[in-house]
Amino acid sequence: MPFNLLVFAALSYVIFLFLVAFVVERRAALGAAGWLRSPLVYTLSLSVYCTAWTFYGAVGYAARSGLEYLTIYLGPTIVFVGWWWVLRKLVRIGRQHRVTSIADLISSRYGKSNLLGVIVTVICVMAATPYIALQLQSVTLSFGVFASATADGWAKPDGDVTSIWVAGGLALFTILFGTRNLDANEQHTGVVTAIAVEAVVKLVALIAVGVFVVWGIAGGPSDILARIDASGMAEWHMRPSRWSGLIFLSAAAVICLPRMFQVLVVENSDERHLATASWAFPLYVFAMSLFVVPIAVVGLEVMPEGANPDLFVLTLPLNQGQGGLAMLAFLGGFSSATSMVIVAAIALATMVSNHIVMPFWLSLRPARAVPGDVRRVILLSRRLSIAAILALGYAYYRGSGGSAALASIGLISFVGVAQILPAMLGGIFWRGATRIGAIVGLCLGFAIWAYTLFLPSFGPDAVLSAQMMAQGPFGLHWLRPQALFGVEGMDPLIHALFWSIALNTIAFCAGSLLTFPGPVERVQGAAFVNAFESEAGQARGWSVQGAEGAEDLLVMAQRILGDDEGLSFFEAEARAQGRAGYLPDPTPDFIDLLERRLAGSVGAATAHAMISQIAGRSAVSVEDLMAVANEAAQIMEYSATLEEQQEELTRTARQLRDANEKLTQLSVQKDAFLSQISHELRTPMTSIRAFSEILTEGDLPGELVAKYGGVIHEETKRLTRLLDDLLDLSVLENGSVQLNLELSSLRGMIDRALAAASHTQPNRSFVIHRDLPGEDIFLHTDSDRLTQVFINLISNARKYCDAENPELRIAVRRKGGRVTVDFMDNGSGIPKDKQALIFEKFARLTDQTKAGGAGLGLAICREVMANLGGTISYLPGRRGAAFRVMLPLRLEH
Amino acid sequence: MKRPLFLARRSYRQRRLRDAARLLPILAGFLIILPMLWGDAESDLRRTATDAIYLFAVWLFLIIAAVLVARNLTDEAETGTKLPLDAEEKR
Repeated sequence: MPFNLLVFAALSYVIFLFLVAFVVERRAALGAAGWLRSPLVYTLSLSVYCTAWTFYGAVGYAARSGLEYLTIYLGPTIVFVGWWWVLRKLVRIGRQHRVTSIADLISSRYGKSNLLGVIVTVICVMAATPYIALQLQSVTLSFGVFASATADGWAKPDGDVTSIWVAGGLALFTILFGTRNLDANEQHTGVVTAIAVEAVVKLVALIAVGVFVVWGIAGGPSDILARIDASGMAEWHMRPSRWSGLIFLSAAAVICLPRMFQVLVVENSDERHLATASWAFPLYVFAMSLFVVPIAVVGLEVMPEGANPDLFVLTLPLNQGQGGLAMLAFLGGFSSATSMVIVAAIALATMVSNHIVMPFWLSLRPARAVPGDVRRVILLSRRLSIAAILALGYAYYRGSGGSAALASIGLISFVGVAQILPAMLGGIFWRGATRIGAIVGLCLGFAIWAYTLFLPSFGPDAVLSAQMMAQGPFGLHWLRPQALFGVEGMDPLIHALFWSIALNTIAFCAGSLLTFPGPVERVQGAAFVNAFESEAGQARGWSVQGAEGAEDLLVMAQRILGDDEGLSFFEAEARAQGRAGYLPDPTPDFIDLLERRLAGSVGAATAHAMISQIAGRSAVSVEDLMAVANEAAQIMEYSATLEEQQEELTRTARQLRDANEKLTQLSVQKDAFLSQISHELRTPMTSIRAFSEILTEGDLPGELVAKYGGVIHEETKRLTRLLDDLLDLSVLENGSVQLNLELSSLRGMIDRALAAASHTQPNRSFVIHRDLPGEDIFLHTDSDRLTQVFINLISNARKYCDAENPELRIAVRRKGGRVTVDFMDNGSGIPKDKQALIFEKFARLTDQTKAGGAGLGLAICREVMANLGGTISYLPGRRGAAFRVMLPLRLEH
Repeated sequence: MKRPLFLARRSYRQRRLRDAARLLPILAGFLIILPMLWGDAESDLRRTATDAIYLFAVWLFLIIAAVLVARNLTDEAETGTKLPLDAEEKR
């Protein structure tokens, strides 16, 4: 086949892809993506996992190691079949946080740490470089196959020239479509669709070759089985360590490879597509690997000895004279290589630009005065990154000489990216995972990978000397790169995988357990781990005041998103806020939205940094918020103290008011008392003065003199009694009374009281009911005082009982250590409203003349009882007046 | 959050379906690792044809199982969006 026909086919194929991407971009821009965003396209784009390594290399792998090549597909099958565990969560987190790359995911999870972003980016770039070289190599080799097959003068083209053309062409395509726009979601509809088309091409090509081999060369499946049994591949070595290790490795790689993460998470437009992909992607790789063994077996059988089994897919049809099929196979391989390179370059360029170039560039331009168009800078850095990554791949290809078998290069790359796995899974399932843990784990795993696998892969004496490989560095035997810590006899790849992942995980866990995460980290950790629980698990906030801040934000957004897009974003937001035509208020929600949107273009950490530049003086980090919260807590505490003090003051004031009231009352009482006293004294004094005046005039008959003298005597006695009472009361009230405590019989006291009281109104005959046995109690008290109380009560009854046949009942009861003596008459008693007054001084219910006392009796009784440790009270609800005297059996002094 | 003791048949089925989705990768791992235990102890040489038939059969089985799980889970997502899906997912 003429070589230029081949070049023509390849070129027209690329142009066709270009058109597909272009048309799709146009349609997407018009909002008519439609079926282009279907689960089918999503699944097909995932086929970027199947690179030229799969397309060409799997056959070679099978020819060399039997069914071991299946591990590379069985691992992803397990992951996809188990999408409910990891992939679903990754996609949800990716959409929630607008993750732009795997580095962004890790950096964002661990508190938007840019250092982690850089580490992951470096790992990814180093791991991907050999892989890109591999693709260049395979395309170059496939060109070489056709050239060598020509007998008509087309010399085999210079491999270097081919590869540099391929690299340049791929860079151009990637730059044209990968960085055409700076989309908020970092989604590339056009490119994804082109990748999907390529996926179809490579599947069709491989199946076509397979069908040709099975039914064209061999005689159907049973013949193939027979041929397998007859061939050198009839038996294969299943080494359990490699079988399980490689399945684990490919399972890890399918989520950690930057290009897989790009199509799986970043380009995902609908979470439901994942459900379809969960079976459709395994089906795709199933179909891709179904014909590998037949092709390998038939190739080994048909092709001449020494033919490269890596190229059987291409050479077998050529050998059989099937030029068209060979061309299809070539395009299939070309598709595999280009799709991988394009997606990997986009993913890596995003990471390099977001985590290395932009932070560096921003740090060169301090403060908010960002001159020029940031958007242009980002696009430029993306483009340069793409070119640089392809240049790196090319350099690796040239440097390694393109000699190594395809499969081993791919696996080295896999082990490299698998180092991200612990930090990633720990990040989405374990809230305790910290930044330091992730950094330590990643660095350790990366170092071990480089030392035990990556550097030795350049061959002895290339980087690590052969002597060092055999003896270990500085003669340290246990540090030999391929027998670390004395673990010998392990396959080098599994050895590296085992040690790097094991130590990586241990370091990650230990680092996480021993360190304390920062506030942002904890917030992000919670948001990631609980991705399904709350849509708005974001506790960060900005506050920008006024329209001035909004304007700055708009300028920045326009620089990154582009003028129109930035403006329309702000307009939409203003409409949502009900301020159409104006700038939106920079509410925390809006700024959060803006940050996420910007994160879609420049990564979470950078977006955060840029927003904080604008929000500048009023930027609120979580640390700030915590400080604010602390302050608020202090203020609350302070105000609580104030409140308490105020309450206390109020309480005191109330007490003061009460005291004041009491004092006022007392003053009123005192005034009343004084006026009473003067009145009480005045009345007898008036009669004494009047009669004594009459007496001093003389000329009075003797009986009159005697009479008036008697009156004066009576009045004087009354005065004396009053003064005695007053004196008594004041002594009792002061509590300075001298009690004469002795043991005396209650009955004797009542006897004495009755006798003394009989002088009061001696004309009334009273029936006294007594409880003589009950009165047989000896009390230890002041008997004179107590008798005085009894006299008072009995004479009151005599005075006031208004019954026809007055009766007085004296009941004694003993209860515990106390004695109660009730005096009850059968009169009308004391009206309810007066009951509270009777024990007050000068309280008299009837008019004075009838009572003939000063109204101090009951007041004195009360004071006496208080001094005797007892009480006197009025018993309401009896038929007549009833008083109860209650006192202790034994008054202790 | 209090979780109900009894569920309607439909939601019960859906929960078990999610369990199936979770268990499927474990079954897959088991079936794929299984061939490691076959063969004679002295040499690890294996018949390519037999192993290939077994592995591809297992693979096909897993794909079909995944189709069944995914189809029903998506149906639920499409028809049952009014259900508090996320709340149910809290485990």
